[in-house]
Amino acid sequence: MTAGVDVGGAADIGADGPRRLHADPGLPDRLFRLVLRSGGGLVLAVMLLVGGFLLYRAWLALDRAGWSFLTTAEWAPDAGRFGIAAVLVGTLLIAAVAVCVAVPLATGAALYISEYAPPGLRRTLISVVDLMAAVPSVVYGLWGVFFLQDRVLPTARWIATYLGWIPFLDVTGADPADPLAPASLYTSSTFIAGLVVGMMIAPIICSIMREVFSQAPAGEREGAYALGATRWGMIRSVVLPFGKGGMIGGTMLGLGRALGETIAVFMIISLTFDIQWHVLQSGSSSVSSLIALRYGEASGFGMSALMAAGFALFVLTLVVNFAASSIVARSRSGAGSDA
Amino acid sequence: MTVAPEAPGARRPPWPPRTELPGLLPRTEAPGGERRRTLTALRDTDVYAVVGSLAAALALTWLLFTRLLPFDGVVGFVVTAYGFFLLLYALLVSFDESGPAVVDRIAAAVVRSLGLLLVAILAVVVVYALVEGRKALVHLNFFTQDMELAGPLEPLSVGGALHAALGTLIMIVIALVVTVPLGLVCAVFLNEVPGPFARFVRTIVEAMTALPSIVAGLFIYATVILGLGMDQSGLAASFALSVMMLPIIIRAADVVIRLVPGTLREAAYATGASSWRTAWHVVLPTCRSGLTTSVILGTARGIGETSPVLLTAGFTSETNLDPLHGPMVSLPLATFEFVKSPEPAMASRGFGTASLLMALVLLLFVAARVVGGRGPGHLTRRQEHRRVTASRRDASRFAERGAGARPSADAKPPVPAADRPDGPSGPATPQSSDPFRTRPGSSS
Repeated sequence: MTAGVDVGGAADIGADGPRRLHADPGLPDRLFRLVLRSGGGLVLAVMLLVGGFLLYRAWLALDRAGWSFLTTAEWAPDAGRFGIAAVLVGTLLIAAVAVCVAVPLATGAALYISEYAPPGLRRTLISVVDLMAAVPSVVYGLWGVFFLQDRVLPTARWIATYLGWIPFLDVTGADPADPLAPASLYTSSTFIAGLVVGMMIAPIICSIMREVFSQAPAGEREGAYALGATRWGMIRSVVLPFGKGGMIGGTMLGLGRALGETIAVFMIISLTFDIQWHVLQSGSSSVSSLIALRYGEASGFGMSALMAAGFALFVLTLVVNFAASSIVARSRSGAGSDA
Repeated sequence: MTVAPEAPGARRPPWPPRTELPGLLPRTEAPGGERRRTLTALRDTDVYAVVGSLAAALALTWLLFTRLLPFDGVVGFVVTAYGFFLLLYALLVSFDESGPAVVDRIAAAVVRSLGLLLVAILAVVVVYALVEGRKALVHLNFFTQDMELAGPLEPLSVGGALHAALGTLIMIVIALVVTVPLGLVCAVFLNEVPGPFARFVRTIVEAMTALPSIVAGLFIYATVILGLGMDQSGLAASFALSVMMLPIIIRAADVVIRLVPGTLREAAYATGASSWRTAWHVVLPTCRSGLTTSVILGTARGIGETSPVLLTAGFTSETNLDPLHGPMVSLPLATFEFVKSPEPAMASRGFGTASLLMALVLLLFVAARVVGGRGPGHLTRRQEHRRVTASRRDASRFAERGAGARPSADAKPPVPAADRPDGPSGPATPQSSDPFRTRPGSSS
């Protein structure tokens, strides 16, 4: 409790040497720090254990499969042929569609909240966006399956018919001339899953972008206005360049969420184990849906293979997230002063 | 509320002077005949341009879709109409304005509509779940029965979601018992014991906030169920939820604690408080509302997660109040299982469960907004009142003690030197007294 300063020796009082500073925190404080440190250590241990234990459980399968784990598109672990090529491509495609949907939406909404909205409305809108981030993913999944899917099908068909010459927008087996073509060609596709996941990650991206936009220095804003800029001119020359790091980081954070999203995707897609490049075609795949579908019926070795898939997903999201948070932290002023 | 300048010829007001609101006085015509100008940037022509181009776009799209071209679909209609609107709006504005102003108007229109779209999506998602769930929610038995006696073909008047609601409550309570102490200790650790280790923990925790929830479930499945040989149970599901919620709560609490002004901490240290006294009596009470908010928001996230529960809790249609044995369902898991059924009654139950879940999340969210939303140190009127009374009580106690230096006062620790009326006269008492014994900030 008492913070005594121990002056090093009375003999050299005349000499102006550096003094040894020693603060004795006392017993309660030492205990307090011990509790805090052990709390931090426990959390760290749990977090590291997640990765470590997954790897330990997955080792059996990874050892057997080797590098073919990354290149095989099948999933038959008991027959020895399994790999995450198809599900990984599916995961990345869904996340890519989601980001394409979410980024314009989130940028617009963040700009509206930070630059255009009247101050009275701003607080409400911030709450609404935060609430949207807290809506359970199963509710989004319900909405995607029962509401969005039917309404998006004509658009998907239109895109496939008129833009089908772009390779990944093609739908094999679709006949534009046939008015009675079954709609099931277009249901449960990567596109619809990506749309729903995009709606889910838009609020997360939006809240990070809004925070960064609102930190754009007022002096530079006023300077732009004083030079005769319109509001959009000010945004383009001050707010957007200032918030670039936050935009990229927020997008990557949303990407991390999109990669790991399980239940909404699982409800919408019908799982296939081919590499499905056709975004609009029925049938897609993702790592998390694979785990959710197969964990119950898996044998010991199959479980190890699923753990390997989970570990791959874990590493992927961790890398994306590390990159994102370092970009966000660098863009934020004053972040270096703490910690 | 300023005292109004005296109107010419007005009677001097009697003592004591009263405040007179300027609005109550008759407005005199300002000298020079100037009128108050409106400062709003919105002109009539702007409104005309927006309304006109909107009407024209709708009409044009209707013509295209119903008369001229073989287009159909609601989404297509809206997208085409929006494109036409932007074009026509640009055209109308360009009659009056120059190039940069036109771009500014178009950008403003796009940004506003994107903001509106995001809010509209949220409204549709929430309202859709509530509307579809109304068929199940009107039956009272939905809240009082479980699905034990209700087969898939039973009408909605039999069976309910009580088991799922109870399961959610049990799981989230266990998860909170694990995460709140651990999370808050870790957040305090990150801020009060800075150093390379704290920085490393913070980096790991921040990276783990986006831990895929299915990986959290898989981890508990691998350790608790496969490793320790436990059954799928409510406890395992709560552990999975804890692993998922822990980084979220720590990160939110860390941000809140970081906002506590450093001057408060320094003041506490300067009065000789130890670091645990500072944390307990200064830092934590200052950001109590923010910490509550972060815990509530973490709870809202945890309640809605399906995939960790899917892997670890199993599925049952009976009420199970024992988290240690036997499967247990939660609201999102029940929703997920109900809507998988092709029976319309089951799907309605799924929507009913989803709206129950949605209502719970909304409730938690409103609670978080009511509790939080204030910066550190900002008090409600009631809190302020309590502090003032506590402060008065302390002052009277100090005065009482300072006035009569009775020998019986030895039993209690002496008043700190700064608070004595004869303060700095003698040598300061040794720091055995505790300046925070009165707990100035912690009287909730």
